[in-house]
Amino acid sequence: MSEETNNSQQYVVSSSPHTHSGASVRNIMLDVIIATIPAMLMSFWFFGFNAFRLIAVCVISCVIIEALCRKAMGRNVGITDLSAVVTGILLAFNLPPGLPSWMAVVGSFFAIVIAKQLFGGIGYNPFNPALIGRVVLLISFTGPMTTWSSWQAGPDMITTATPLGIVKMAFAAGQKVPFCFDSIMIKRFFIGDINGCIGEVSTAALLAGGIYLLMRRCISWHVPVFYAGTVAVFSGILWKINPALNMPPSFHILAGGLVLGAIFMATDMVTTPVTKKGLIIFGIGCGILTMIIRKWGGYPEGVSFAILLMNAVTPLINKATRPRVFGAKKS
Amino acid sequence: MKTYKAQYKIAGGVHPEYHKELTRDKGIEIMPLPPLLHVYMSQHLGAHAKPILKKGDKVLRGQLIGESTGFVSAAVHAPTSGTVKNIEETRTAAGTFTQTVEIEPDGQDQWTSSLTPISNWESTDSKVLLNAIAAAGITGMGGAGFPSHVKLSPPSGKPIDTIIINGAECEPFLTADYRLMLEHAAEIWEGARIISKILGAKNIRIAIEDNKPEAISAMEKAIGTADDSVHIVILPTEYPHGAEKQQIFAITGRQVPSGGLPMDVGVVVQNVGTALAIRDAVVNGHPLTERVTTVTGLPLAQPKNVMARIGTPYSDLIKFCGGINGVAAKIISGGPMMGLAQSSLDATITKTTSGILVLPAKAVTFYEAMPCISCGRCVEACPVNLMPCDLSQMLEAEDYEAARDCNVMDCVECGCCAYECPAHRPLVQYMRQGKARVSAKILEEKAKQAGKEKK
Amino acid sequence: MNIIVITLLVIGGIGLVCGILLALAANFLAIKEDPRVEKLLEILPNANCGSCSFAGCADYAKAIIVDGVAINMCTPGGPDIAKRLAAFMGVELQAMERKVAIILCGGDKEKAPRRSTYNGIADCTAANAVDGGDKICRYGCLGYGSCSRVCPVGAIEISNDLAVVHEDLCIGCGLCAKTCPRGLIKIIPAKRTIHVLCSSKDKGPVVKKACKVGCIGCSICSKLAPNEAIKMDGFLARVDYTKDLENIELVEKCPGKCIIKKHDLK
Repeated sequence: MSEETNNSQQYVVSSSPHTHSGASVRNIMLDVIIATIPAMLMSFWFFGFNAFRLIAVCVISCVIIEALCRKAMGRNVGITDLSAVVTGILLAFNLPPGLPSWMAVVGSFFAIVIAKQLFGGIGYNPFNPALIGRVVLLISFTGPMTTWSSWQAGPDMITTATPLGIVKMAFAAGQKVPFCFDSIMIKRFFIGDINGCIGEVSTAALLAGGIYLLMRRCISWHVPVFYAGTVAVFSGILWKINPALNMPPSFHILAGGLVLGAIFMATDMVTTPVTKKGLIIFGIGCGILTMIIRKWGGYPEGVSFAILLMNAVTPLINKATRPRVFGAKKS
Repeated sequence: MKTYKAQYKIAGGVHPEYHKELTRDKGIEIMPLPPLLHVYMSQHLGAHAKPILKKGDKVLRGQLIGESTGFVSAAVHAPTSGTVKNIEETRTAAGTFTQTVEIEPDGQDQWTSSLTPISNWESTDSKVLLNAIAAAGITGMGGAGFPSHVKLSPPSGKPIDTIIINGAECEPFLTADYRLMLEHAAEIWEGARIISKILGAKNIRIAIEDNKPEAISAMEKAIGTADDSVHIVILPTEYPHGAEKQQIFAITGRQVPSGGLPMDVGVVVQNVGTALAIRDAVVNGHPLTERVTTVTGLPLAQPKNVMARIGTPYSDLIKFCGGINGVAAKIISGGPMMGLAQSSLDATITKTTSGILVLPAKAVTFYEAMPCISCGRCVEACPVNLMPCDLSQMLEAEDYEAARDCNVMDCVECGCCAYECPAHRPLVQYMRQGKARVSAKILEEKAKQAGKEKK
Repeated sequence: MNIIVITLLVIGGIGLVCGILLALAANFLAIKEDPRVEKLLEILPNANCGSCSFAGCADYAKAIIVDGVAINMCTPGGPDIAKRLAAFMGVELQAMERKVAIILCGGDKEKAPRRSTYNGIADCTAANAVDGGDKICRYGCLGYGSCSRVCPVGAIEISNDLAVVHEDLCIGCGLCAKTCPRGLIKIIPAKRTIHVLCSSKDKGPVVKKACKVGCIGCSICSKLAPNEAIKMDGFLARVDYTKDLENIELVEKCPGKCIIKKHDLK
């Protein structure tokens, strides 16, 4: 006891600086969670209980698995940084509404254990955990992961596949696209009244979250702008060359997981470059890869693979874009 | 004379909470002599001074008590008249040990006449002025404590065309330089002219941040109708605009080369306090025996700007400022961004003590052993374009070679990175450790090279 | 079926060709090295600690063969390995004694308190650079474990904020001694039993304020010890480990309680 009182009278000594901006990992994660709320509400609106079920299953399983894993690995339980919650929400956003819960748990396991904790936990994972979870599910359970069952509000036109899937199948069969992408469709796509993963459909809600993240300095504008910009330019060129076999840029931006990916996945701090130049390269790379996969790849959607591939070259981008040190000789 | 905003934008920088309102309107108060003064023989960058007195000797104010012992070293003088009580090794504010002369004041505060005032400095040879400054033991009073006579005698191959008088005071909480500019603008201006005469520099720049409009107008008034070679440059209120190399860039657009000194780009920077001390040494023949320091912090009863003698213990200064209300959790010598944390109030005022800051428990931030999440905020904040995130990971893994290749030696330890880091990593401490190891390695290599050449 | 066979044949064929190429390359591009170096390496402990003053075991082995350096320089190996090296090289075995590290400080958490609450990198060098270390004693062990982290055999434990060497595990490589920012670690012959566990050069009163088990510089031990086996270095008694010292009486006579007897570990 006497020693404790002794300690309390001692001053704290540390290296400078002795003041701090107040930012913390936990606050950043909290901001990301807040930013996902609009898209979450929209998913409840469009997909009902299924959306709620998937989000709840993913978040709870991610948190429990993270806690167990850290305990098993002899590290202090590190769930208070809320990163597992973020991973859970983003994984759920990337799942189709009809996916069985146990599959979501499998996805959570791969996201947390394989993609994150085995690499050393938060900060050490080279790949975006939520995307690893999604891609593992997509490859393992292709059927359930591409079944889009409960699209409530729409007409019968697009009930069996996502717009990207329909387009892919139509072009592959040498047919014309079975719907006209006019201003009414654009509006529907923007609101999110389409088939897709539960969190990716509503561009409007995702943008609202993105603006919040920008205001809170949790993401920088470089990746979303250059990602979407590259996709727009790439698809625009293809569309100009042959409008019969390509969709316009507006379609490529609004359909599928591009906006979700560009705002929430490709801006994940840990797995993306730290320099502004690097972020621009990262965004452009994601855009090009996404379009290559969408146009020539086997899958209708390429956002997840594109971001994961760019994750892999992030250390190289960091090295290549290291800024010139103040006062260093110009080479 | 012209007044304008700085043209060049420095990289990085942060905007901490300034808290200057605690002391900015408090005029400089002269502190009565404390019962005992402990004068360190190392108050400057470079070799420690050597005490030349023995126990029981009588001293006068301004009398030499510590001899300069090398080219980069500075003389130390008695801060008041009295008796030498003891000479022993004690711990300084930096935590290192140095010989310390303990003086008991006799209350007379009688000046020695060892230095002769030079009233007509304008027609005096620069060498004579330089000797007077060296004899007065003047060092940089902003922080590092580089001996001024060394700074003011660049080698002949490095002509100086511009001097900058640094009144930026970008550290939060501190207002000592601000008060000096308000209360002693004319003397600072004379000091600046002395410096410019010694160096033969044609341009004088006075750098002040834009959160000090009163200081700007005070300096404008003091300078009056000087010609166009004199500019007051208004810097944005952004830390670290007071850092030497960043300030030179903001004002002149010149980059001090990596590993080089300001004189390499024809510039010498002196703090406003140093300019004042130089003027005092030349015009009045007074060695450096006192300085203004900001004693501040929320738990302090009466934060003040205090004119205190060199060697005044921190505990006496805190007492003079009404003591501490409640609990102090951290004591800092200097400002919160670059100051030195203290484990007691035993340290004493040196030529470089710009402030004493008392932090309550709720203002103390703790470093944690968290991994880097690669957010890139440190890269954005770094004024020298380093990547502290990568460097800290290299240094955590003790890969000093890699850190050296990534320019760890260019770090100025300003603290912007650690201020921003959401993972609360002790980035500056990693940098310091890396710099210490790498410079040891460089010395070793140099010694090896020298040995080879001998063979 | 056909496809499977073809696949197997193609893959197997590629593997075979690559294997043959590799085998040939290993033969033609092999670096000619004295085969005895490899044999020596088998004898050496391969801890690569550097205590022999060479960059690692391979370097030392090479130096023995090429430059004919002494075979008794491997501290971790001890007399046993020196004997085997001598037998292999056909040289006479020079005297070799086992060495261990000792931490010349006895000030743990209770005996030598801290003067502030350090917050930062958990490393002694780093802590020592902030305000000169957070212990009252400016010479004492900081207890942040830099030595235990460099130890290749895990022989140093931090117990109660004080580094303690497990002498039975210690191989005497000296990496810890190089790391300690306060220079508290010495490499000494394992057979020595009497130690002054203090490195403080401060005067008695200063030591007493900082630590309950510090050397106060009374010089009683230096007078009692035969053959000048303990000498005074200012206000600090230092054991001269080149001399025999078995005097247990010293332990009781020390007013600072910093002289201890440890078990013989020959």
